[in-house]
Amino acid sequence: MDIFLIVLGAILTNNILLTTFLGICPFIGVSGEYASASGMGMAVIFVLTMTLPANWLIKHFVLDPLGVGYLSLIVYIVTIAFLVQVVEMFMKRFLPALYSSLGIFLPLITVNCAILGGVLFAIATWNLGFMQSVAYGFGGGVGWALAIILMAAIRERLRFAPIPEGLKGPGIALIIAGLMAMSFVGFSGMINIRDFGG
Amino acid sequence: MLFVAKAGQKELRQMAAEVKTTTMQQASAPAIPLTQRLPQTKGWKELVRDIWDDNPTFRMILAMCPTMGATNMAINGMAQGLATLVATVASSVTVAALRTLIPAEVRLPAYMIIIAFWVTIVDIFLRAYLPPLSAALGPYVPLIITNCFVLGRAEAFASQNSPGLSALDALGVGLGFTMSLTLLGIIRELLGFGSLFGIQIFSGWTPWVIMIIPAGAFLVVGLYVGIVKHFSPGGQIGGGS
Repeated sequence: MDIFLIVLGAILTNNILLTTFLGICPFIGVSGEYASASGMGMAVIFVLTMTLPANWLIKHFVLDPLGVGYLSLIVYIVTIAFLVQVVEMFMKRFLPALYSSLGIFLPLITVNCAILGGVLFAIATWNLGFMQSVAYGFGGGVGWALAIILMAAIRERLRFAPIPEGLKGPGIALIIAGLMAMSFVGFSGMINIRDFGG
Repeated sequence: MLFVAKAGQKELRQMAAEVKTTTMQQASAPAIPLTQRLPQTKGWKELVRDIWDDNPTFRMILAMCPTMGATNMAINGMAQGLATLVATVASSVTVAALRTLIPAEVRLPAYMIIIAFWVTIVDIFLRAYLPPLSAALGPYVPLIITNCFVLGRAEAFASQNSPGLSALDALGVGLGFTMSLTLLGIIRELLGFGSLFGIQIFSGWTPWVIMIIPAGAFLVVGLYVGIVKHFSPGGQIGGGS
């Protein structure tokens, strides 16, 4: 039950993009087209679901027993970069179809703050358990993908809309994101992932 | 004899003129005040370009997470900006100093580790000396690691320039970023709480709740980007990773 609530909470109430502002640069940069937006969304789901449990294991079985918490940031970012590389090589070898659609987005993900941010919120701030981290990683990825796909669909409609010259491009995208964030406030209070932390 | 004297006189006059011009040049060089000479130097041009023309927030649309996550109050925005400034300058100087030692193939992982090191130092410093501020900023200080322009400055500038010039370049980006974040924090705190840097400005102010919640952050940044683009349409408007 916990797991289901955390997945739902990560998508709706604690949306990684619309409530904690993680991964906004690709959200603005890649949301111009529906196809690339969904590709980026899938890549984030994939990497976040893998890196969160991996970093959880590293924190609880390596960093904490050795008492080297001050190294955590360096270790997390190296783990993320390493896992992204492994995922890329694995996909290229065994899933060439998926690789050709997601390949170009994978290197961008290392510097996507949604990944490191998700790790920091789940492991450092909320102190979730292992299965809860897996759930939060998957749900957070789905929530991010949902937001960028919604945004891409709206921006395709906006292509011929009369928008003031200065607001064209990133300006209007940010304002739409603001309106989306406002509508997501409607979900707030249903679930709070903070409550599941230890 | 007369001819020789005339020629001698001519030479003398020439020499005198030369001496006069050289002394004038020598005298005039320090006569230009520092404020006029400084804008001509390369470092100053880098500094100004980074603060205004390539402002990381409103021009390049970079580093959006801390821009929104840490600007619900003016003091938070300023602190986040200054923390980023310190991390950027330190990382750029380190990368520039080590630029001949880092092999090109592994430069990006090396830069990431250098940046992560300096961000860890800044984070530990804030936690030790300014605990309330550190608690207010939360994970946005560690997230400076994935701040696109810190890596961007290391890759685009510090990897090819001297440590001194790289420091100025990073300082410019950091100052531009601090300025933008403080500006956003001022607007959001003024409308959201009716106060400025914690001091109540409007008495009996009805708080605009939207300015404090995430939606307000998106709206204010979007409008700022629009205003900046409207009044100075030239230059690059980015929106990459």
